[in-house]
Amino acid sequence: MSTDVTNTPAEAPPGKDGTGDTGENLVRVMLDGLRSNMRQYGMLIALGLIVALFAVWTDGSLLLPHNISNLVLQNSYILILAIGMMLVIIAGHIDLSVGSVTAFVGSFAAVLTVQHGVSWPIALVLCLLVGAAAGSVQGFMIAYLGIPSFIVTLAGMLIFRGLTEILLKGQTLGPFPGGLQKMGNGFLPEVGPTTNYHNITLLLGLVVIVFVVLQEVRDRKRQQEFSLDVLPAKLFLLKLVALVAAVLTVTLMLASYKGAPIVLLILGALVVGYGYVMRNAVFGRHIYAIGGNLPAAKLSGVKDKKVTFYVFLNMGMLAALAGLVVAARLNAASPKAGLSFELEAIASSFIGGASMSGGVGTVLGAIVGGLVLGVLNNGMNLLSVGTDWQQVIKGLALLAAVGFDVWNKRKVGS
Amino acid sequence: MAGPVLEMRSIVKTFPGVKALSDVTLTVQQGEVHAICGENGAGKSTLMKVLSGVHPHGSYEGEILFEGEVCGFKDIRASEHHGIVIIHQELALSPYLSLAENIFLGNEHAKRGFINWNTTLRHATELLRRVGLSDHPETRVADIGVGKQQLVEIAKALSKKVKLLILDEPTAALNDEDSDKLLDLILELKKQGITSIIISHKLNEIRKVADSVTILRDGRTIETLDVKAPETTEDRIISGMVGRDLDHRFPERTPHHPEEGAAPALEIRDWTVHHPIDQQRKVADDVSLQVRRGEIVGIAGLMGAGRTELAMSVFGRSYGRYAGGTVLKDGEEIRTRTVAEAVGHGIAYVTEDRKHYGLNLIDTINRNISLTALGKVAKRGVVDEHEERQVAERYRKSMNIKAPTVFEPVGKLSGGNQQKVVLSKWIFAGPDVLILDEPTRGIDVGAKFEIYTVIDKLAAEGKAIVFISSELPELLGMCDRIYTMAAGRLTGEFSRGEATQEVLMRQMTKDKEVTR
Repeated sequence: MSTDVTNTPAEAPPGKDGTGDTGENLVRVMLDGLRSNMRQYGMLIALGLIVALFAVWTDGSLLLPHNISNLVLQNSYILILAIGMMLVIIAGHIDLSVGSVTAFVGSFAAVLTVQHGVSWPIALVLCLLVGAAAGSVQGFMIAYLGIPSFIVTLAGMLIFRGLTEILLKGQTLGPFPGGLQKMGNGFLPEVGPTTNYHNITLLLGLVVIVFVVLQEVRDRKRQQEFSLDVLPAKLFLLKLVALVAAVLTVTLMLASYKGAPIVLLILGALVVGYGYVMRNAVFGRHIYAIGGNLPAAKLSGVKDKKVTFYVFLNMGMLAALAGLVVAARLNAASPKAGLSFELEAIASSFIGGASMSGGVGTVLGAIVGGLVLGVLNNGMNLLSVGTDWQQVIKGLALLAAVGFDVWNKRKVGS
Repeated sequence: MAGPVLEMRSIVKTFPGVKALSDVTLTVQQGEVHAICGENGAGKSTLMKVLSGVHPHGSYEGEILFEGEVCGFKDIRASEHHGIVIIHQELALSPYLSLAENIFLGNEHAKRGFINWNTTLRHATELLRRVGLSDHPETRVADIGVGKQQLVEIAKALSKKVKLLILDEPTAALNDEDSDKLLDLILELKKQGITSIIISHKLNEIRKVADSVTILRDGRTIETLDVKAPETTEDRIISGMVGRDLDHRFPERTPHHPEEGAAPALEIRDWTVHHPIDQQRKVADDVSLQVRRGEIVGIAGLMGAGRTELAMSVFGRSYGRYAGGTVLKDGEEIRTRTVAEAVGHGIAYVTEDRKHYGLNLIDTINRNISLTALGKVAKRGVVDEHEERQVAERYRKSMNIKAPTVFEPVGKLSGGNQQKVVLSKWIFAGPDVLILDEPTRGIDVGAKFEIYTVIDKLAAEGKAIVFISSELPELLGMCDRIYTMAAGRLTGEFSRGEATQEVLMRQMTKDKEVTR
């Protein structure tokens, strides 16, 4: 019986309420947490290091408010795609068509608004529907006909790229109506008294802070209600302070330039929404279950085909959204838009902790992965490194991240 | 006979936590067919893996003498070099390569890396003819039946100049006709001077081909018998196989005598299932059984008897092709075409293969436990994580799952604890009928006792339990009634009072011809 536990320390879990914890204990709890979530924290730390490194190399211009703003705008569409791609990869599949779908939807939006004068809110809805349709056709073939996702989406990549060129007749089409442009380039409006900061952004930051703190406190209370172990009080406070500081920093940065970009709000909503779904919704759990062990999930009554179908439908819709953002940002639909976006989204997911065999990964991870690539891009641009070397370095970053993961797993396993 | 060709002396092989072989001795005479039999888990396959170098020299204790020389094989190539070839139960042919390519795989007729197709095909044709096949050597393996594939394996062995051929349950996947052909071939090869070791638990088969039989039990050699001697009867062999120590402990349980009037909780009528690929083969053949509330009903069968296949096909048609039969719950016919339907009717199937079919090993304990019944901890599609964690904590305590927290990945737990997680998962789903498939496979004695206690408690709560196992003592210790199964059919039904190891084993080793 004593040989029954393998690989796990026999000690009791961290203290019940932690009121009487010593400092030494705190450090141990933190280290334990760090060790067991090495992959997630590791990537965050790596992101921090990369930011710090480039901040030094660029004499601080990386962290200038207008550059932060730029960073968000430049990477928003990859991040949107990375969220959807993370779901696809967790489910144990891959989607190579997203770059082409992005371009296709952008051109569709241009044809609607520029050529036919459709008002932009209607165009927006239609575009999302087209994206969902593209995703669901592919999802149907993958889930119900059993054609491998690699093949279906490789075909989709060719088909939608071709359709884009047909739709645009090889031309670039623009400009877009103002409302759509805002999605890619716009900022929150400036109102209220003149301060050195952007008022609404400050207010928004404050709201986020209040929300985060309330949420954390409520969560802790609920845990205690269910008489579950909670973080020691001191550590909890530390976590709160860190969270508030992070939100505050970003808010001040953005508020001292033009304010929060609209696309950041969209992105924020997506991260919170999808993060919640993947963590707390039955649907999200089922995605992890089919990716982690398909036969076991089937024998547990999970409707694997339906889940797969919706994962691809969702990917199509997010690709459409990304398509709109790209088109809006360039203020034109181009046949070459979205080229190799699928690869950037896939790389973001893997850097952010996804596993080739599925079942692992988080939405936040995809964002962190995407930011690693984004900061590398941006920083190297500031240092005027050529695109040739940029690609080499990004490739090495992907290898290093996944290599570290493999090495770390092997160490744990032995 | 010219003395022993193979002697294995005092072989001991230990896996972490389990002693698979403790002191096995095996002597095989030159030119004979030597059968090895024993219950599942007796150590037959492990012994053959030691012999063929799958478990390399140094990972076991004891001595192997082949043709009078002490040998230590570091891998399969080394043993094959000496002329020892093992044919595993699961065939190891590459389905989309031709017969000829398969026969010479890893051993190609080649010069400087380029294959000489003329000699390859000529030799392949000769070898195929030797095993009685007239198929063209360029036929793809996928296009011939399982029976012929088995023969191709033997042809492959012959190409390696085999002296000692080891067959691990060679007829388990074959129909009667193919089995006969294979057994005839073994006798034919014997005439050509090839010694064979055949692992089997089909007694009529052993009687047909073997000269002597060695019986293993709990990793020990029990005895070696001369099959041709008049005193070696089937009963004699059976009593050797089942003399297993009754060292398991079982919880005290008062056998249930459910009221006769009530309809059985689960009744299966005339259930027939075909093999998913080989449509000719029936893996479950006209099976009818019933289990009442509060009752523990055993299904005893050896590997390949069709127990798992039967259970999985009833549970949402998860195995094979359905060919007929009905399922009744509390006297009413129900549909169990999908897993969701079966679960909805209160049926749970706890798999024998927890790693592949039971658990998501990379996920945590709490998420594994809640998966089947997520609805119970969710409101409008949103999981309440705290409630989920509380549920998991409850099972961690009540089932004594040894893990520091419920956030531990299941893959890190020991077999016994993993099994407790699978059981928790299905108990949490709240079924009326639990089909437990080998619930104590590969776990230590202490954990076994805990699981028996849980099963007993479930029955006492009024759940109907179907207990599938190939370990007879555990069935005898736990069940109110026991069905025996062999080759896809139920071959007997015994009450607790009637059942003994010998009686059960006799029905479990029955082959098709004997039953009808």
